[in-house]
Amino acid sequence: MAEIRNYTINFGPQHPAAHGVLRLVLELDGEVVERADPHIGLLHRGTEKLAETRTWLQNVPYMDRLDYVSMMCNEHAYCMAVERLLGIEVPLRAQYIRVMFDEITRILNHLLNIGTHAIDIGAMTMVIYTFREREDLMDVYEAVSGARLHAAYYRPGGVYRDLPDVMPQYEPSKYRNPAKLKALNAARGGSLLDFIEDFTNRFPALVADYHTLLTDNRIWKQRTVDVGVVSPEQAMALGFSGPMLRGSGIEWDLRKKMPYEVYDKVDFDVPVGVNGDCYDRYLVRMEEFLQSNRIIKQCVDWLRKNPGPVISDNHKVAPPSREGMKSNMEELIHHFKLFSEGIHVPPGEVYAGIEHPKGEFGVYLVSDGANKPYRMKLRAPGFAHLSACDAMGKGHMIADIVAIIGTMDIVFGEIDR
Amino acid sequence: MSAKLEKLSQSLQEVLGGRIQSLKTDRDEVTLEVSAADYKAVALALRDDPALHFEQLIDLCGVDYSEYGGDEGTGRPALRFAAVSHLTSIKHDVRLRLRAFAPDDGFPVLDSIIEVWPSVNWYEREAFDMLGIMFAGHPDLRRILTDYGFIGHAFRKDFPVSGYVEMRYDPEQARVVYQPVTVEPRENTPRIVREAHYGDVGHG
Repeated sequence: MAEIRNYTINFGPQHPAAHGVLRLVLELDGEVVERADPHIGLLHRGTEKLAETRTWLQNVPYMDRLDYVSMMCNEHAYCMAVERLLGIEVPLRAQYIRVMFDEITRILNHLLNIGTHAIDIGAMTMVIYTFREREDLMDVYEAVSGARLHAAYYRPGGVYRDLPDVMPQYEPSKYRNPAKLKALNAARGGSLLDFIEDFTNRFPALVADYHTLLTDNRIWKQRTVDVGVVSPEQAMALGFSGPMLRGSGIEWDLRKKMPYEVYDKVDFDVPVGVNGDCYDRYLVRMEEFLQSNRIIKQCVDWLRKNPGPVISDNHKVAPPSREGMKSNMEELIHHFKLFSEGIHVPPGEVYAGIEHPKGEFGVYLVSDGANKPYRMKLRAPGFAHLSACDAMGKGHMIADIVAIIGTMDIVFGEIDR
Repeated sequence: MSAKLEKLSQSLQEVLGGRIQSLKTDRDEVTLEVSAADYKAVALALRDDPALHFEQLIDLCGVDYSEYGGDEGTGRPALRFAAVSHLTSIKHDVRLRLRAFAPDDGFPVLDSIIEVWPSVNWYEREAFDMLGIMFAGHPDLRRILTDYGFIGHAFRKDFPVSGYVEMRYDPEQARVVYQPVTVEPRENTPRIVREAHYGDVGHG
């Protein structure tokens, strides 16, 4: 009789379902996974070390490059940590703008997650639908910050500038017929807020479309139901957060439990799963679409009615207006100091965690009073989730590993930092 | 200080008593420092005592304090390496920062708390990889983020930002080779610690 032995295979680092550069060493008994050992660090850029040599403001754009599908949320955690160290207040309008963009980012992130999770396990259509909506939200990013991905829009003390009054439109081109152009520009006639409001009105019907495509799909259910089951106790012990924790039935959401910015002033519900499998986590994310949509709507209403400053007027932290800088000696000095030496942050340490689309994203900052952080540690949700890959994948078939990686919502920018 | 944090400090004092080296509340965050000898026992008490009940370890971060405070070293701790972990109590809805300094600067060792919180697994590997802090009792203390065969600990303050080696493809040997780094170190903005209260938000 032939000798039976375990196989060890490399899954990645160049595998389309590995969501980036994950090298997963799988020990297989036939098709059953005995051990999964993720090797990470292929995208390690040393952000935390670099941060020690950059001023507090120069670090903001590095945050975008961590989790590069939910850019503004990363900035938010960092800015919040700096603000807490400084002990400054953010203007209310800036808080609403931040909350609105956090939720836009959540939708962006979940759209990517659900689209790619579906494509990983065979549903090709999904990603085409979800990327259509991502395009609209990317345009919102671009309108407000000038960049579709790496926004650098949140700054310590508020946000970089107020929302624009006009939404950029598609230009006529010989490749686009006038009727199509008119349809594309239909919602872009007014301000950015008009465009966002139009999106929130359209979006629930689109989420219903996604449900039609996936939720009762036989193959989707075969691939996700009872795959990667995590009990509530296990989820807590493994350091899960966000939809991964809520999928196991624990109602824990930092937006509710430790509210930051204006999350205590908006209405929303926190969906939780029951079985803790991939399917429940998918349903949690689908429901978060609608809850985020609700929050965005409330923010739009508030922002329409309440104009005001969007960045702190404390020029030790936030730059003065361009006009003030040109006409006023003191503001010129502030401007020069801010962009050469940077702000000085009083000594101390602070941990700011936010409810990032993927889970709890935390920034731990140690300051010794210098113009640069002494130590920065980024707590990435994906890092904790991926470390549980072995626990979740053991005993599953090799094809289920793909479903498990998909449900963990892995992005290597944040895991490797 | 909010009532919740006050209650937390009180329960910490009741449960841990003499094992507390320092207990501070700053900017609405509670920081607990314990000695390396008590570290694991304290972690267990933090998790299991019903008044504390920290069921989740959110983060563990290694810190190298050797250059804290710049040249003057204001506020620099006596020991160089520490492991700082952030705990969350889902039941009581509070956070706690737990810090333990490794007693030997030359060969920093701390007890691993992986038996208390399994989620610490990769965080301890990262602290070992980046700062060279050893965690006694960790079952699998390999490097995690750096390259296979990497030498040194990148987040130590005496490790240069550009590193020591760089990698390139060598057409003669037809493989990837390591060579001493050719990047010139540069500092665009010098690191400055000004006198106390310089640039404080409250000051004119």
